[in-house]
Formats: sequence, C-alpha cells, structure tokens
Amino acid sequence: MWQFFHKLGSPKWFYGIATRLMPWLLVGGIALLLAGVVWGLAFAPKDYLQGNSYRIIFIHVPTAFLAQSIYIMMAVAAVVTLVWRMKLADLFVRSVAPVGAVLTFLALFTGAVWGKPTWGTWWIWDARLTSMLILLFLYFGVIALAAAIADEKSSARAVAVLVLVGVVNIPIIKYSVEWWNTLHQPATFKLTERPTMPAEMWVPLLLAVLGLYLIFGWLACLRMQTGILVREKRTRWVQELVRTGGH
Amino acid sequence: MHPIRKKRLTIVLFLLAGVAVAVGLTTYALRQNINLFYDPTQIAAGEAPVDVRIRAGGMVEEGSVARDPESLKVVFNVTDFNQSVTVEYTGILPDLFAEGQGVVAMGRLQPDGRFVADQVLAKHDENYMPPEVSDALEKASAANGKPATTQTKDASY
Amino acid sequence: MMAFDSLAAFIAMEGHGPYVWTCYGVFFLFVGGLMAWSIRQRRDVMRSQLRELERDSTARAGREAQPAASFTRINPS
Repeated sequence: MWQFFHKLGSPKWFYGIATRLMPWLLVGGIALLLAGVVWGLAFAPKDYLQGNSYRIIFIHVPTAFLAQSIYIMMAVAAVVTLVWRMKLADLFVRSVAPVGAVLTFLALFTGAVWGKPTWGTWWIWDARLTSMLILLFLYFGVIALAAAIADEKSSARAVAVLVLVGVVNIPIIKYSVEWWNTLHQPATFKLTERPTMPAEMWVPLLLAVLGLYLIFGWLACLRMQTGILVREKRTRWVQELVRTGGH
Repeated sequence: MHPIRKKRLTIVLFLLAGVAVAVGLTTYALRQNINLFYDPTQIAAGEAPVDVRIRAGGMVEEGSVARDPESLKVVFNVTDFNQSVTVEYTGILPDLFAEGQGVVAMGRLQPDGRFVADQVLAKHDENYMPPEVSDALEKASAANGKPATTQTKDASY
Repeated sequence: MMAFDSLAAFIAMEGHGPYVWTCYGVFFLFVGGLMAWSIRQRRDVMRSQLRELERDSTARAGREAQPAASFTRINPS
C-alpha cells in the first residue's frame, strides 16, 4: 500500500496513468450525464406539486454534490501536502479548485432559478444557501492564495491550511437543513434510507451525478497534467513528451 | 510512520479540531439568528419579538385559508401541529401555496398575536412523486379516513 | 415513454420552460467551457515548451558548430 502511495507521488507515473484513464472517463462521463439529463428532462414523470420545474434537480443536485465532494477531496490532499509534503497533492488542490468554484456557482445559480417558481424568491439568507455561498468564496480564496505566493513550498503550505480550515463548512452545508429552520428542504438522497422519490426519478438523477463525477475525474487528470508539464519542464521525460507531441 | 510526519499529522488534527470547536461554538451561540424563521410554538411562547420584522414558518392549516373577494388580502393559520398563528397577507401568493403546504412568511407580529406578512414564500419537502402516485395516495388515505399527507414525518414543513 | 405529447409541450414545460432551459443552458455552457479551456491550457503549455526546446537546440547546435569543425582537423597519423 505504501509503495502504491509513493508511486502516486511520482509525476511521471501519474502522467502516464492519467493519459490512459482519460478517454474512459470522458466517454463514460458524457454518456452517463447525457443519459441522465435526457431521461430526466423528457422521460421522467413530472412532480405532483412542482410540475416540470423540478426537472432542474437533475443538474442542481449533481453540481451541488460535486461542489462539496471536490472540497472534501481537496481537504484530504491538503492533509497529504502538510504531512507527507507530496507535491502532487498540492497540484491536485490547485488544479481542481477552479472546477469546484464553477460547480458551486452552477449549484447556486440553478438553485436560484429553481427557487423563483417554487419558493417565490431567487435568494434567501437561510443556512443552506448562505453556507453554499461561503463554499464559493472559499474556492475563490484558495484560487487567489495559490496564485499569490511565488515560493512553491510556502504557497503549498498556506493553501493547504486554508483548505483545511474551510473544510468545517462542509458538515455545516450538509446538516444545515437539519440543525436549523431553513427554506431549503432536507436531502433527497441519504446514505441510510431509501431516496424520497420513485425510481423513475432517482435513477436518472444518479446517472447524472455519476456522469458529472467522471467528467470531473477527466478534468482533474487533464488539469494536473498541465500543471506537471509546467513544473517538471526541466526533466528529460517531459521534454521527450513535448517533442513527441504528448504521446 | 516517520516521527516527523506523525508530529505534523498531530498538528494538522489539532488545527482541525480547534477550528471545528470554534465554529461549532459560534454557530451554537448564533443559532437563533441562523434559524430562518420562528415556528408557531416559539411565537406562542413569546420568544419572537413584537413589531420587529421577523419570519414565521409552518404548515398552512387545512381549511383555514380565507380570501377577501374584493382584494388580494388573504388570512390563514400557520401551524406546527402544536400551536398556530394567524397570518394576514395582501399580495400574490406563490404557485405552491396551498392548505397543508409549508410556508415562510416575513412580516411583523402584532401585539394582539396576529402576524401581518409582506412576503410569503412556499416551502416544499424533499418528497417527489408523479401526480398519479400522489392521487392514488390521496384516495387511499381518504378511504382510511386519515389526512392526505404524503409521508410519515408530520413536521416536514 | 415520453412525459410530453409534443415538442412544443416539451419546450414550454407547462410554463416552467424558461426556468428549466436557462438552467440547462448555463450548465452546459459552463461545463463545456471549463472542458474546452482546460484542453486549451494544456495545448498552449505544450506548444510554448516545444518552441522553447527548439530554440534551445538550435542555439546549442550553433555553439557546437565551432568545435565540431575542429575535430575534422585532427589528423591521426
């Protein structure tokens, strides 16, 4: 296990694995996401209460879910950065923070557009919405801090500490709808219980979540490869790779 | 594990625990501000300030909605199945507003206990289902003589 | 089985069309944009590094031209 862990720290090894994984992630991700979205938009039955506006759930839940799990992954990578000083872990945080920011923005945006016809308002300062907005600002902070410090080592450490401090926001987002009175409803998917919707609604939702997860995996591989090319440009294997056009 | 790494890991864990405790205490101290609305029990117990803009939330009581035929004024009771508050509102209600549905009203509590709202938002629960299923559920519960609420939790407004 | 009778009904979504289609439009715009941007970033890095390497190798070739010529003068007799 430790051997695998150390191998994972090798940029060259990671670059090769990523190149091999990426086609699968991309094709699988697009296929699953499109299947889920088309099913959800055109074939799933409408909701008895909200009618067709609930169809926004098929992108709202995947973006919100990814926005939070990307942050958790970044926090794990931050621990690895601080304890083992693994450069690839720091690179992961830098590479995926913009992806997390975009997905958080999309979760907020789709939520606002969904809120207008159902709740009667675009925005309300309830605990769920506010903690999600804090998540967006945390992503912005990580991106800005990562760009602000020139020295690679101190930058990595500062970013990791910020990511770790921000991770306490994740349980707050998750449990906000249970701990406090909010306008936002509790979760549809729970780990221990059956989803609170019939299969012809939750199956396409699950497909869309998995699809977006795979697309995130592809994006993470691609963006980390870009980072590796920049950081390791003095090494022979990267120069070889650049000469042969990346193959 | 290498002793230096062990030390670093301990520091990281302490950092996390410290931040978690700090944030936990802060949110606990501010819990009344984080709560979006007062429920009818809190209002009946006098926890909500009078004549200050606050939000009240709960379920619209079955059979309590009275619309003024000449204006957009509507009066209804909001309940949490324990206490209830009378809400007055003049304006357009959201599409999802209905008896038995959750609402959050923003407005001022009057000294006589009425709540005069200037904004009413609809709140829905996490249960989604096709209309046919909902109809069938309603029929079944009507046959059993039970209220047509869809799920088990009675306070899921 | 389709949940809608016609394409027009699918677009209109019983009046919720503008909300639903705005969300899906923005979603695909941003996710697609993120993917295209990331591909371009890697391609640009590759290109600029390739240019750098080519410049270095021509410079090295120029520097090596002189001593390389001197080898030919060595006469192992």
